Amino acid sequence: MTQTKSRHESVIMDRHEMTRALTRIAHEILERNKGCHDVGLVGIRTGGVYLAQRLKQLVSQIERTDVVLGELDITLYRDDLALRKNQPVLKKTDIPFHISDLKIILVDDVLFTGRTIRAAMDGLMDLGRPAEIQLAVLVDRGHRQLPIRANYVGKNIPTAKDENIRVFLEELGEEDRVSKLIEAERTA
Amino acid sequence: MTNDLKILITGGQVIDPGHWNGVADVLIERGKISAVEPNLQSKLQKVKGVEIVDAKGLLVCPGFVDLHVHFREPGFEYKETIATGSAAAVAGGFTSVCCMPNTHPINDSRSTTEFILAQAAAAGKARVFPIGAITKGSKGEELAEIGELFDAGCVAVSDDGVPVMNSLVMRRAMEYATAFHLPVIDHCEDSQLAPGGCMHEGAVSTELGIPGIPKATEEVMVARNIALAELTGSRLHLPHVSTVGSVRMAREAKARGIPVTAEACPHHFSLTDEAVRSYNTNAKMNPPLRTDEDVQAIKEGLQDNTIDIVATDHAPHAIQEKQLEFDEAPFGIIGLETAFPLTLSLVEEGTLTLEQAIAKLTREPARVFDLPYGTLVPGVEADLTLIDLNATWVVDTARLHSLSRNTPFAGWTMKGRVVKTFVGGTVVYDREDIL
Amino acid sequence: MSFKRKDLLGLASLSQEEMALILDAAEPFKEVSGREIKKVPALRGKTVINLFFEPSTRTRTSFELAAKRLSADVVNFSPSSSSVMKGETLLDTARNIEFMQADILVLRHSSAGAAEILARNSRLSVINAGDGWHEHPTQALSDLLTIQEKKGQVRDLHVAIVGDVAHSRVARSNIYALTKMGANVRVVGPPTMIPLCLHRLGVTVYHDFDEAISGVDVVIMLRLQLERQGRSLFPSIREYARLYGLTAERVQRAAKDVLVMHPGPVNRGVEIAHDVVDGNAAVILEQVANGVAVRMGLMYLLSQRN
Repeated sequence: MTQTKSRHESVIMDRHEMTRALTRIAHEILERNKGCHDVGLVGIRTGGVYLAQRLKQLVSQIERTDVVLGELDITLYRDDLALRKNQPVLKKTDIPFHISDLKIILVDDVLFTGRTIRAAMDGLMDLGRPAEIQLAVLVDRGHRQLPIRANYVGKNIPTAKDENIRVFLEELGEEDRVSKLIEAERTA
Repeated sequence: MTNDLKILITGGQVIDPGHWNGVADVLIERGKISAVEPNLQSKLQKVKGVEIVDAKGLLVCPGFVDLHVHFREPGFEYKETIATGSAAAVAGGFTSVCCMPNTHPINDSRSTTEFILAQAAAAGKARVFPIGAITKGSKGEELAEIGELFDAGCVAVSDDGVPVMNSLVMRRAMEYATAFHLPVIDHCEDSQLAPGGCMHEGAVSTELGIPGIPKATEEVMVARNIALAELTGSRLHLPHVSTVGSVRMAREAKARGIPVTAEACPHHFSLTDEAVRSYNTNAKMNPPLRTDEDVQAIKEGLQDNTIDIVATDHAPHAIQEKQLEFDEAPFGIIGLETAFPLTLSLVEEGTLTLEQAIAKLTREPARVFDLPYGTLVPGVEADLTLIDLNATWVVDTARLHSLSRNTPFAGWTMKGRVVKTFVGGTVVYDREDIL
Repeated sequence: MSFKRKDLLGLASLSQEEMALILDAAEPFKEVSGREIKKVPALRGKTVINLFFEPSTRTRTSFELAAKRLSADVVNFSPSSSSVMKGETLLDTARNIEFMQADILVLRHSSAGAAEILARNSRLSVINAGDGWHEHPTQALSDLLTIQEKKGQVRDLHVAIVGDVAHSRVARSNIYALTKMGANVRVVGPPTMIPLCLHRLGVTVYHDFDEAISGVDVVIMLRLQLERQGRSLFPSIREYARLYGLTAERVQRAAKDVLVMHPGPVNRGVEIAHDVVDGNAAVILEQVANGVAVRMGLMYLLSQRN
């Protein structure tokens, strides 16, 4: 018996749409927070880190000021840690500034069940007491399992629960795009 | 242990070392050997009342004699009793065993010796010969009443398990024992040289971090005891020889005419210290398992008769005692039911001839302790063992006759199996009864 | 690759990859220990039992902190407060702990092989926190992490291990760890403290410290068990310190950027001079910090086992 996997990909956002969405989010962040002097960007590993880096760059282009940036690994905070078959690879959390009293903007690529964001908020709280936590995502695909809502959304994409949404990034050696992947398994 | 029945064991390959080696029938009358000849069956066809035991394809040899067992009674009956130990003995083909005095109380008195003999008679399996203590309470200080022990039936003296560290005491013991022509056995170990030691000191002990027992621990005492035997003229028996050096010294002592005999245990020529690797407490005994070089030397010693006999050092311990940390567990393993196949493997590999191997389990140990057994010459008690040399079997500890289970050979496939054992003409073990 | 073992009993049986995996897992936990709130929920709801048959405040505390920073519940058993004194066997003690639904058992015991025997007979994940003279794997892993951090890599470094190697579990674990990682290991001590056949473990044996230390990149000093004096392993502390003590002068003979390590507790002025303990080359406190991180990483990996 052999299993063949065929993958069908349909692109939902291309490079230009991604840039436009991120630029809009950068503006919205500056608008909502009246600048960025008390704002810190924290990317959730792995995809969120690169998006946060891009937002940092966009913000500094628009406002000509710098915004602090950190990286958060949420592995240790996952609620499904003991259930996973493979050991998730542990990486370091690297937030080189005090988060207390800052408005922290968590950045992630796809917002789905909300569990990752729950874990990220727990992780952040263990590092200090931010004045506020906001959430920026490139894609919101719905199907929340927790009462979590993003403050900044690049694009809302209605999906079926078993569909697979992937964000491909240049930084990871791919062409920038957001795609819906349909994997069909055929057993012969 | 006698009866009036005539038994004829027919068609077996009879090995009575030094007397017979070939197919023959063996006639037993009134519990004694009356004839070993080919074709006895045809001559006796008209005689009534002869029970025929068909031994075609089997080895027929004198019952084995083990000069070194621990039967734990009195005092440690949860490990082994004289009854269970004797059952294990006959299942392993042994018809005579000599039990060491490290019971509780120590066998340093006529009453303990007589108790052991009474228990053995009640068990009605193997012949049991007590070995008396050298010193009172085996404390190594004052001589035990060796004359009284001899009178009561002791066949040798030893403080087995503990060495007689004081050389003057040992000298006096040897001198005194010569009056009764008793062999003196000393557990050769300079205990001060290996404080806390629980395995051979070498590469494996270094890796495992287990306190070691260097070879010199045994060898310095072997050297001392040989010197004292030379001084006193006493018969010295070296038990469980485990090192190259001990074999060399025994060889040299014999060449110089010193009355020394030596024994090797099956585990010392079947295993090395590698067996300890998983902290297997069933590979913990004293003297410890040594190295390939020592195994080789022991085999050479057996081959050139530097080592006279094979003895088991059958040392039962309860499961809960062996299920401890390696250094907490007691020394010793059981050996009666695996000794023959392990010795037979020396024949298979060409170290010994079959007759030599049988001699080291029969005639030779009988000679070392002056026991009138270990042979099939007409007139002796009919102690015999029938063996299927080609049968293979797997050591299943649940099916051993000993009360204890502490063997490193569990799960091993053995070649050579005892089929029937006779003591004084009576069947005391019959494998068919079990099947 | 993921860590597949139920237990960590020693480094003799671990591959280089497995050791690297534990070190990698330790790395992120150093950051956790540096936080104001030194806690992550990775082992929430898990129970870690510290079963210490030998007193060791230092190692026990390190394991306890590691477990607590992972949010595990930690219980300390020690012989005086447990039933061991009442004649219960080690295995029975372990079975009881197993049926209290504990997850990880950290064992310190005076018998070599105690952890292995226990692991074989129990479903618990067993971490050997030192068994007799045999192994102390987490100490050696912390040392490895410290060397790796300071030197970039372990491969091809020259490392001297100095002292009572025969009676040292730290030495054995370090020999296994360092040789597997590709370091050149020299072992130094009086012949009474060097066990037989040690060279078979892939090390070079020296009895002259001045000769052995020349050019080495790392010196690991072993603690001298002062209570061993009088057992003829060495004539006097004075002579031991003179022949095998690490002085500033001896440090000069080593490589310029030599690391001085010690598993602690240090006998100042005996195996290591006062000014060397506090000197620039010493990384003894980094070893302690890395000890917590390594133990966190290890417990994390063991708890992820399916």
